Amino acid sequence: MPDQFLFAIEVMINGLMAGVLYALVALGFVLIFKSSGIFNYAQGVFALFAALTLVGLQEGQIPFSHLINAIFGTHIHHFGWHIHSVIAIAMTVAVMVLLAILVERYILRHLVNQPDIILFMATIGLAYFMEGFGDLMWGSEIKTLDIGLPQGGSFWIEENTAWLGGENFYGFFIDRLDIVAAIVAAILVLALTLFSQYTKQGRALRAVADDHQAALSVGISLRYIWVLVWAIAGIVALVAGIMWGSKSGVQFSLSLIALKALPVLMLGGFTSIPGAIVGGLIIGVGEKLFEFTIGAPFLGGATENWFAYVLALLFLVFRPQGLFGDKIIERV
Amino acid sequence: MIYRESGDYSTTYAQDSQTFPIRFDRYRFYAVVFVAYCIIPFIINDYWASAIFVPFLIYAIAAIGLNILTGFCGQVSLGTGGFMAVGGYSVYKLMTSFPDVNIAIHVLLAGLITAGVGILFGLPSLRIKGFYLAVATLAAQFFLVWLFNRVPWFYNYSASGMINSPERTIFGYIVTGPSTEAWAKYLICLVFLTLCAVLARNMTRGTLGRKWMAIRDMDIAAEIIGVDPLKAKLSAFAISSFFIGIAGALFFAVYLGAAEAGDSFGITKSFLVLFMIIIGGLGSIFGSFAGAAFMVLMPVLLKNVLVGQLGWATDLAAHLEFVIVGALIIIFLIMEPHGLAQLWRLAKEKLRLWPFPH
Repeated sequence: MPDQFLFAIEVMINGLMAGVLYALVALGFVLIFKSSGIFNYAQGVFALFAALTLVGLQEGQIPFSHLINAIFGTHIHHFGWHIHSVIAIAMTVAVMVLLAILVERYILRHLVNQPDIILFMATIGLAYFMEGFGDLMWGSEIKTLDIGLPQGGSFWIEENTAWLGGENFYGFFIDRLDIVAAIVAAILVLALTLFSQYTKQGRALRAVADDHQAALSVGISLRYIWVLVWAIAGIVALVAGIMWGSKSGVQFSLSLIALKALPVLMLGGFTSIPGAIVGGLIIGVGEKLFEFTIGAPFLGGATENWFAYVLALLFLVFRPQGLFGDKIIERV
Repeated sequence: MIYRESGDYSTTYAQDSQTFPIRFDRYRFYAVVFVAYCIIPFIINDYWASAIFVPFLIYAIAAIGLNILTGFCGQVSLGTGGFMAVGGYSVYKLMTSFPDVNIAIHVLLAGLITAGVGILFGLPSLRIKGFYLAVATLAAQFFLVWLFNRVPWFYNYSASGMINSPERTIFGYIVTGPSTEAWAKYLICLVFLTLCAVLARNMTRGTLGRKWMAIRDMDIAAEIIGVDPLKAKLSAFAISSFFIGIAGALFFAVYLGAAEAGDSFGITKSFLVLFMIIIGGLGSIFGSFAGAAFMVLMPVLLKNVLVGQLGWATDLAAHLEFVIVGALIIIFLIMEPHGLAQLWRLAKEKLRLWPFPH
């Protein structure tokens, strides 16, 4: 087989892996949108905040140390211990659940029955708040996140695909972290599906997603469901934060992956979990292949910045509800 | 006591339908215009111009533009930064290609070009609504910034990829370029802001504005009573982009002097202007001013207090600013979803009855 073709396949596989990571972020959006009709812009910042908290707890950083130093003129920074990553993850999950409770208590409860767009803007405000808060709490320098996930290219795949190039040695380079991410994403989707199909809470969640009023009338507590759903979205954000953080370090740009997840959502439909996965894969493969075939040679590169949006935009013109979204029915 | 309608009789239709029907409002408006044109230009210095007045005036134009689209026509846009970039880069191309034409004409032309681009990216709004549209406007934001970064024609093949505004004059006074005096920067922005505000205020009071509001409140119902959604939505996109283009042109040519698409017109600009209209008040021209003033003043104030008075590190102050801006937005949405403009209206209601409210 010609090298060009093999390279295209390699690009495609890497695109698929990147797509899985986009899908992980998009999943959090879908969960919240389905159950409360809120478009949670802060999802990406949640991922950043979760990753920051995880690193901070692991390294034993003192929260708000910069702020304390600035106010009291002290020089504290670390407690001087290291926490095992499993315990740190459990603690971060607790933080995310606490965050969900606070969001419900102090924001959502006061904004019931407001137009959707007001809620959307409130989550933008929340995103700003969390971004500044996370930086105040843990400092804004780039941190490395290491919880023992495998890194670097997979030799096994490289060796086993070496024969494809014939007499020219050719091995696929696939990051092991991406493979782990794909497996984790699969497990996560499976778990979420099982949860929403076979547990009491999951059934209540689907009822709320279907019809708020009807769910209320059969005795489902909306507040509880909202806390639950925001907590789940927080945990999904933590998983996304771990994956992206291990890949490229925990830094401000992590919150921008939320923006990357938006076209994924548009493509897959805002209300569909399979849509988020499929949309993520299409965007991941599409942008890598576009960059490889047209972007880099003809358009001067870096087309990944906008390709996903334009693709989603063109797609929406023909199918406004996305691939798997609920059909939009309007009544006057 | 001072703010009264009684004794204020209109005897002609023209008096009845004027912008400020209450005499006190009218005089207050004249007073503000007088101070803005006849006093501030003589006492302004470089710090006040570059830190507060010029950004306030320019952002007010952009906020008016976005408010027309989002506040009056109900189409949420996250592409403001991209449209400002179109304004900035088109004025740059015009200034360098036709150096003899007056800069004011170039700024208006840049607005028109942006209006064209706005119509183009407004087309999907006919099919998609709400969040889908908000996300779709992000396509404009990222695509336009990428375009201006990657296609060398737009920045005249300069080695750094930056655009620098050349020196241009109006009536013999330099208004762009590095050697511009503070008052000249201030005045040119003020003139454009006045024109835009008067235009926007009258448009939103007239047929066009009512069509936009009908579309905002319920587009299907509006269509049934005879509002053409195609014309209403695209005209909102065009006029909004026209204002935003002018703001972008002034932002680059007068305020920054040198710009790079990603830094100067990035996604943060889109959100900044969006916050201005949320905090100021959706669907209100006064709200655009109030929001712009608030968002320009607050960082300056915070920086002065935290860095200047308390001696904190600048990055720490910046983080705290994020926290405060975010919290304020949430608080505003909870307490007063209609923004500062609504507070102003309430204050006026109170003032009418003061000091005998019963």
